[in-house]
Amino acid sequence: MSGLALVGHQFRYDQKAFWRNPASVFFTVMFPVVLLLIFATVFGGQTVDVRGGIKTTTYYVPAIITLSVISATMQSLAMSLVIAREDGRLKRSRGTPMPPWVFIAGRVGNSIVVALMMLALLAAIGRLLYGVDVPWDRLPAIVATLVVGAAAFCCLGIALTAAIPSQDAAAPIVNALLLPLYFLSGVFIPDDQLPSGVIHFADAFPIRHFFEAFFDAYVPAHGAGGASISWDNLAIVAIWGVAGLLLSIRFFRWTPRGG
Amino acid sequence: MRGIDLQVEAGEVFAFLGPNGAGKTTTVEILEGYRKRSGGEVKVLGEDPERARREWRERIGIVLQSCRLDPYLTVRESLELYAGYYATPRPVEEVVELVGLGGKADERTGKLSGGQQRRLDVGMALVGDPELLFLDEPTTGFDPQARRQAWEAIAGLRQLGKTVFLTTHYMDEAQQLADRVAIIAGGEVVARGTPEDLGDRENQPATVHYREGGREVRVETTTLVKTLHELTGQALERGEDLEGLEVTRPTLEDVYLELTAHAEVAE
Repeated sequence: MSGLALVGHQFRYDQKAFWRNPASVFFTVMFPVVLLLIFATVFGGQTVDVRGGIKTTTYYVPAIITLSVISATMQSLAMSLVIAREDGRLKRSRGTPMPPWVFIAGRVGNSIVVALMMLALLAAIGRLLYGVDVPWDRLPAIVATLVVGAAAFCCLGIALTAAIPSQDAAAPIVNALLLPLYFLSGVFIPDDQLPSGVIHFADAFPIRHFFEAFFDAYVPAHGAGGASISWDNLAIVAIWGVAGLLLSIRFFRWTPRGG
Repeated sequence: MRGIDLQVEAGEVFAFLGPNGAGKTTTVEILEGYRKRSGGEVKVLGEDPERARREWRERIGIVLQSCRLDPYLTVRESLELYAGYYATPRPVEEVVELVGLGGKADERTGKLSGGQQRRLDVGMALVGDPELLFLDEPTTGFDPQARRQAWEAIAGLRQLGKTVFLTTHYMDEAQQLADRVAIIAGGEVVARGTPEDLGDRENQPATVHYREGGREVRVETTTLVKTLHELTGQALERGEDLEGLEVTRPTLEDVYLELTAHAEVAE
């Protein structure tokens, strides 16, 4: 098989394993849906003081899509790669003729496809249950922003595996990094409730920038028609992604770290 | 590792036997191309594993000492996934039968017993139709039945004409499976040969046991026939019997323990 056909081959089996794994289906697919339903139920009917005032549901749909993209990429990859590494599966795959990049490309492809599915699922729920418009005319900008963000967070997830010593440590380390940043970046708590100092702090990390870029693509800004790609935020996300890629190339390991 | 000098012939099952921590896995990982060596010369299928290319990997199969399979794929899917990595794989259905998992092809690997998982491990190493297989402690921690099943799968490899490099710390495993054995201890090869003549067992001193007036007598001898002739001759002259007469030679296990204990003292 050629390199690309081999990526497709690897991707097919990664997809099977992903959808059969109850933990990945719950945390990557169900959890964001449940979060959206909870936030919409608890805070629905209120307004958020951004863009001159929008409905909370209009705010939470792109916010939870942001979370689901990071969950499908950084979180899911970091955990599944550490598990595969400690099980000896990464080492074993290195003993076959398959080039190492093919294995990684299959996993990254799996994550990006799941992230796109989550975009469709959450956008549909937002439209059907809460009347949040799907901005069809901005779809290219939305997908482009999502794919750049998904690729960057894949690189960060792969890099993060180097800091995770064991299977048991994977979930605590990933959650300890992501959960506080979701709160501080305005994903869980709307911008207008957050002190500016908090947002400044969150600006030092990629989640806030990806959220802003995705929000700009998803929610039409008043009087600023057309400009739907937030280039500056997306550039910062991409730089984080490149940093993750370089760290991965340097520190990623295929052999188990534990006994 | 000090002096490991080995030659494995095509088509044979070669067992690399030694206690835990003797350097078996280090050696096999050098041969598999996972680990860089600090010195010496290594050629596997005519190539240096450190500079192994994809073509070389097509020709070898590896079963790691410990490797858990993806629990969410079935037996058949696991084999199909690996078959896709190779240019000329063996038919998956054939491999399923070869490793005796015919009835389990659609079972998720997470539901297999330890022995069945190990046989699938062997199948995944075999699906690329390699010339040479590495098996690193294939039955460590297994119950007797699972060991027996794994042994059957490995014995089947010989019939396929594969060359097998096996590491183990079980005497009986080497005896059961291998054409030739090398014993490693303290980073050195301390003995080599077929399981039958290993450690020059034939020429080791034999021990003659008997009882004389209720007292245990043990005679160690390198000239067994002569010693027996003398002892039995004297007994016949006295008109007595040699009660409980028995001759023992060191077992393979004795040779192994002696050789490896010696190396540990030398450490």
